[in-house]
Amino acid sequence: MSSSYDNWQCPLPISDYPKILLAHGGGGRLMHDLIDHIFIAAFGADTLDAEHDGARLDPGSDKLAFTTDSYVVHPLFFPGGDIGLLAVYGTVNDLAMCGARPKYLSAGFILEEGLETETLWKIAVSMRQAADKARVGIVTGDTKVVDKGHGHGIYINIAGIGIIEHNLVIGPRRIRDGDAIILNGDIGRHGIAIIAAREGLEFETTIESDCAPLADSVMRLIDDGIEAHCLRDLTRGGLATAAIEIARSSGTEILLDEKSISVNEQVRGACELLGYDPLYIANEGRYLAFVPKHQAQRALEIMREATPNIEPAIVGRVGAGGDRGEVTLKSAIGSERILDMLSGEQLPRIC
Amino acid sequence: MKFIDEYRDPEAVRRYADEIARITTRSWTIMEICGGQTHSIVKNGLDCMLPDKITLLHGPGCPVCVTSAAMIDKAIALASRDDVIFCSFGDMLRVPGSRRDLLSVKADGGDVRMVYSPIDAVHIAEKNLDRRVVFFAIGFETTAPANAAAVYYARQKGIDNFSMLVAQVLVPPAIEKILNAPDCRLQGFLAAGHVCTVMGYAEYEPIAEKYRIPIVVTGFEPLDILQGIHMTVWQLEQGRARVENQYSRAVKRAGNLPAQKLMADVFETVDREWRGIGLIPKSGLALRPAYRKFDSEAVFDIAAPDPEIVGECISGLILQGRQKPSDCPAFGKRCTPEHPLGATMVSSEGACAAYYAYRQKESPHIKPTSGKH
Repeated sequence: MSSSYDNWQCPLPISDYPKILLAHGGGGRLMHDLIDHIFIAAFGADTLDAEHDGARLDPGSDKLAFTTDSYVVHPLFFPGGDIGLLAVYGTVNDLAMCGARPKYLSAGFILEEGLETETLWKIAVSMRQAADKARVGIVTGDTKVVDKGHGHGIYINIAGIGIIEHNLVIGPRRIRDGDAIILNGDIGRHGIAIIAAREGLEFETTIESDCAPLADSVMRLIDDGIEAHCLRDLTRGGLATAAIEIARSSGTEILLDEKSISVNEQVRGACELLGYDPLYIANEGRYLAFVPKHQAQRALEIMREATPNIEPAIVGRVGAGGDRGEVTLKSAIGSERILDMLSGEQLPRIC
Repeated sequence: MKFIDEYRDPEAVRRYADEIARITTRSWTIMEICGGQTHSIVKNGLDCMLPDKITLLHGPGCPVCVTSAAMIDKAIALASRDDVIFCSFGDMLRVPGSRRDLLSVKADGGDVRMVYSPIDAVHIAEKNLDRRVVFFAIGFETTAPANAAAVYYARQKGIDNFSMLVAQVLVPPAIEKILNAPDCRLQGFLAAGHVCTVMGYAEYEPIAEKYRIPIVVTGFEPLDILQGIHMTVWQLEQGRARVENQYSRAVKRAGNLPAQKLMADVFETVDREWRGIGLIPKSGLALRPAYRKFDSEAVFDIAAPDPEIVGECISGLILQGRQKPSDCPAFGKRCTPEHPLGATMVSSEGACAAYYAYRQKESPHIKPTSGKH
């Protein structure tokens, strides 16, 4: 955790309550202590109106985007992030993919009895930090406590509202033949960071999750006049699954070029070792932008300016294959194959 | 990435494919033993780059596919016990026994854990002394040394709550079983590079001689496989039948001697039932009597498994190279990864899963494989 948050100390008298009790969800004094001393302390009394069951908002636009997502990641802390940061960025990114500027979040916590209060505090502070970076406010929330053994430490549900300040309609149906497909960076870091951090895997990498807010990059594209036809963040299922979903819902043929898809050496190494395909590994800070071909170079420049530490690339195009609804990958050795969704999770191979 | 990129170089791949076409004058049928090779071939479209005269058949080298339903039923019985933490490689969890799979045991509350290394299972046993930890030891000679090391370590440390359900299998007896089939039409083998990294290749020399068949120890990258095919075809065209080593960057003739010694200390050779193929004499490994108290089959009272219902699945024929996945009337229709009729559709190394992932719909850009089945 960086700079201005380093000195934040958990203000709850943790000597009295080092762990979450069922009573912290019971609606009484302990619950109010938790709200006052953790959530208001972390998220800020100016935006979180905890005295009411909801927040009154003045978004300043009549076009809104609204989304919700739940976060159950394990372990709670992993290289490059934690469940709280992931929850904020994940929800913000869903709004950004609608072309919306994220404004407000809700945060619903399901805590497992016995969770260390200090852990909750760290996650709350991380959420505040992430919200500040993504320029959103956490304006309303809820807490429940479940019996020990009935949760995994902490689950978070976040809903988000964003405002749409332009007249673009962004979605798979807007995709046109010849559109360039731009990916904002290398793939697979989040999935491999999580796998490497999981208990039981003696597997050392210095890979950190790529989790990051994408709204700034997207807003810069739109503000510059890039006619984004479709935007999609790559989460579970990775690049391949996102492209397949878009091809199916748009009824277009998507052509991807494996050589132009960047994969970090350590991510590649881990995938080779475990038998994973990086195209299907999870990301939390990467997205695809479908833009008109003539705007592709300009879009690349803008994305590069938004995140100078990662290198965007044109990874494919929308083909003239009519209503195929399929993704074709040109492999690194020059052969071509259809990409299909996986049946379930990737499982490591045996040898 | 070093040792990867140079073996996926498109120019070199094309050159090798052209060279194979140049030297091929007659029709040849070659089997790759290992499921990893099958996946590399199908994923990269290597078979589509070969001349029509060369037919590749897919072999039995998928450890998950050949583990018998009866053995998986034993695993399921153990995993269902309240006092057991059952550890397995991830790939095994989805494979059905005669009725259900290990993932469904987990969903029913069984403590089933995916591990990446057998020693992880031993560490779980060390941390959970009030529970009994079972590791499902499957695989060919490739996994045998690490599995042997895990049980060796457990015995050294006296970790008595650890045991292994052993379903290890061996490659050479399976090759002989395939070659002895009356309708066998194979003319050459690509032997599995990883297996030979452990075992070397001296044990294949009597097979090459007895059956007059070239065997080329081959790696897994596109260029490895094309080079292995090239070496095999060259032998066939020349009328030779020897063991050659394409994968020389990893394999020596004698193999990994310390690994072989550990295997020999811990395991003994036994007859083993292969799924879809049947009993193959001396084709399996089991724990030696000195390790009896670490043998799950000895320390647990496991109920006799239900007989397997085979139905219309032809995976046994596919594993012996007598049919291809696309020959099966159920393939992609009644049999999919979501509703598998057999193990070859489930495992990530299974031939049917490879065909389903990469071939269920032919791309217009891929040269079809017609005329080769």
